[in-house]
Order: sequence, then C-alpha cells, then structure tokens
Amino acid sequence: MAVVHEFQYYRPEKLDEVLVLLARQKEKARILAGGTDLAVYIKEGLDHPQVVIDVKHVSELKKIEYDNNSLFIGALATFSDILANEHIKMNYLMLWESAQSVASMGIRNRATLVGNICSAVPSLDSAPALLCYDAIVHTHSLEGTRSIPIREWFVSPRKTAKAEDEIVMGVTIPKIAAKHAGCYLKLGRYRGEDLAQAGLGVLLTEEKHYRIAYCAVGPIPKRVEEIENLLNGKTLNEAIVKEAKGLVPQLISPITDIRSSKEYRTHMCQVMLERGLQAATDRLQGKTVDSTKVLGG
Amino acid sequence: MAQIKFILNSENRIIDVQPNEILLDVLRDKLGLKSPKCGCDRGDCGACAVLLNGKSVRSCLVFAIEVDGQEVRTLEGISADKLTQLQESFIEFNSFQCGYCAPGVIISATELLSHNPHPELEEIKEALSGNLCRCTGYKPIFEAILDASHKEEK
Repeated sequence: MAVVHEFQYYRPEKLDEVLVLLARQKEKARILAGGTDLAVYIKEGLDHPQVVIDVKHVSELKKIEYDNNSLFIGALATFSDILANEHIKMNYLMLWESAQSVASMGIRNRATLVGNICSAVPSLDSAPALLCYDAIVHTHSLEGTRSIPIREWFVSPRKTAKAEDEIVMGVTIPKIAAKHAGCYLKLGRYRGEDLAQAGLGVLLTEEKHYRIAYCAVGPIPKRVEEIENLLNGKTLNEAIVKEAKGLVPQLISPITDIRSSKEYRTHMCQVMLERGLQAATDRLQGKTVDSTKVLGG
Repeated sequence: MAQIKFILNSENRIIDVQPNEILLDVLRDKLGLKSPKCGCDRGDCGACAVLLNGKSVRSCLVFAIEVDGQEVRTLEGISADKLTQLQESFIEFNSFQCGYCAPGVIISATELLSHNPHPELEEIKEALSGNLCRCTGYKPIFEAILDASHKEEK
C-alpha cells in the first residue's frame, strides 16, 4: 500500500543534531527507530508527522551495558538484542520473558524496548517487568537530561511523561540485591504472535517482598500496591492468596474489546495472580518453570 | 526524492525514493522482485518478510530510505543458483498449497536455521509464529523444516 502522507526524513549521526531537530520541530517530529509502530501509524493515518528523525545511526543509543548494580538498555536495543543477551536472561528473567512474548521474530528483530514504552499502548508486554524492577527512563533535550521513574512514565494510553523536544536515551534497571525470582505471564487468544488480553509480572524476594504489576487491563500498566502490601512479609498460603485474588477486581479496569470481555479479563487476572505467585515461588526454590505453559494452551 | 545505495541480493543497487515509500513497494514495483508479498500490510502476517543485514524484517514496515547502506536479501537471492535444502524439503512434504506465504516462511526458516541448525519443534513454531498460512494448518511446513534440519546442505 502506497503511503499518502508525506514527510521530511532526517538521519543524523550525532545526538546533538537530533536534539536541535527536536527543539525546532517539537510536536511535528517523530523519532524513528524500529518503526514497527510508527510505520503502521503513518500508513493507517493515525499519525501525521511532518518530520521523521531516523536515529539508527546515533551510536550513543546502541548500547546494552551492565555492572553489578544495574543494567542499561539503550534506545536502539531491539527485543532480539535483549533475547540474545545472556546477562539479561540470567539476572533479569522477567524482562527477558516479556521480550520473548512480544509479537514475532520478524518484529522483534526491529522493534525496540524503548519504542515499546514510548508507544505506550495499554497492552505493552515490557511494562510489568519494568514496573517490577523499578526501571528509570532517561530523556535528553537541549534543556538537559531527566531521569523519570517508570511509575511516573505512563500517563494515559499512548501518552507518556516525555516532552515533545525530548528523546529517550534508554532505561536503567537497578539490580535487586536480595535473592529473588519472577515471571511474566501473558494471556493471549493463542500461543504465538498476539497482543496480550492481560499481562502480569510477579517478582518476589527471599525476604518475602512482593512486586506485582498488570498490563492490558487498564488505561496504563501499573503496580498493584494494595496486593503487595497485603502479601509483604508473609508466606503464601491458600487463605492469603484468596484474599489477594479478592482485591484484583477493584484494582484493575479492563475493557471489552475484540480480544476478550472485561469479565473474562477480570476473572483471568485473578487466576493469573494465583499461578504467577506459585510460579515465582517455585523459581525462588530453584524449580524450573516454563512460564509460557503456566496458563495452559 | 533521495538517492539510496544498498546491496540487494549481492548486487549494488542505486535508486531514487521518496521518504514515504515502503520497502515492500520499492522491491516489487521499482525493482521487480515479486517474492515478498503484501498480505496484512501491518506486520502481522509475514508474507512480506525479507532479510535485512541477515535478520528477517517485515518489509511492509520499513521505509525504503532506511535501507540506505544496508544489505537486503529476498527469496530471489537465497535461491539464486539452485533450490536450498529447505526448499527441497518443502517440495517433498508438499508444504504449501496456494504458496502466498511461502516466500515469507522460507525467509523466517532460513534465518532460524542460520543460527540454530537443529531446532526443536517448539523452536520452529516460535520462529514461524509471525508467518500466517491459511491453507495448510502448518503441519507440513514444520515437518519440512525439521526434515531439512536433519539433512546436509547439498
């Protein structure tokens, strides 16, 4: 399909050039990395940028770096780059699992994690992991830099805390010092390429500290602190898990759409919480869990 | 109009494109390569898959101007001289009916076997999850890829 909308295309190699372009063009400009969302939006008339800034040649954005304290994922790191990184698989398994659940290989080869959080659709797979790990988003503009906690990043569907003249440089994920385990559960209509009907990230530490986040069941992905507070410090048993499940309906606000009804999503979010807690507990105890099989199918 | 230079199936190509031209359209309509197909036109079906720097991408979601200086390979480039073992296996297992998805499936399977020469069935399913086939139910496709992975390249 030929694209009707016309735009100017820039391919700067220096970050400064990107920042100047953004400062000058502001809301008229879009950053192009993998383009798996932007190309669709332009083709389908959902977005009409006058300027497209292809940043794939800006070397500062390409890196994935880590040390004993944290992991930095640059704006150009694709989901395939994340999946190929053994350090991420070993130390940030929930993030790795969420990357594995994104679309298909041909999309993951192109789509970036940072693009995912900038598109900020409610179903974005990477959000529960980033929320559970308390990631920090780094932005840059001619005005300077900002570090924004991921919990303040998502504002509303497709809206983030990023200003029009800012580019996201990458995200930092602090390493959790305590022994911990987590998992990402994705409910889809079938296994393989699909958007999430609901997504859940569960992370727990040896000190019985719980972090739990949902996506696709509200306008923005979010942590459910009420459930975390209920569980923190406690060993899981049937009664407390039942109590936690009882809190779920009042903490999420799913809609009915082509992928499922809000009633189904609400019910399944409770099921997912129970199985996610079990899967994370099993992993903490050293058992192997295939998270793609936890929900059956 | 901007001039781009890139390597297409081992040949240097120079062509003028508008920034809003999609790679799939340029390959088919300007360069005459008809193996990438337009299916869903939004990255879901995999019929338009090509290899960009050795990795499969959806050419319907790439602006042609982005491949300036890069290397693109289509099915025409993969089997330029003779059919690959993978293609021989697809024939043997009668893997395709209408054939519309075949070029994209071959691209995805070629990429898979390039970094994982002996995949498990589950790995094949995962690698092919972005290639929709409405004829076969996938079984003969998966079987052919398994078969090819067990045979030496001729």
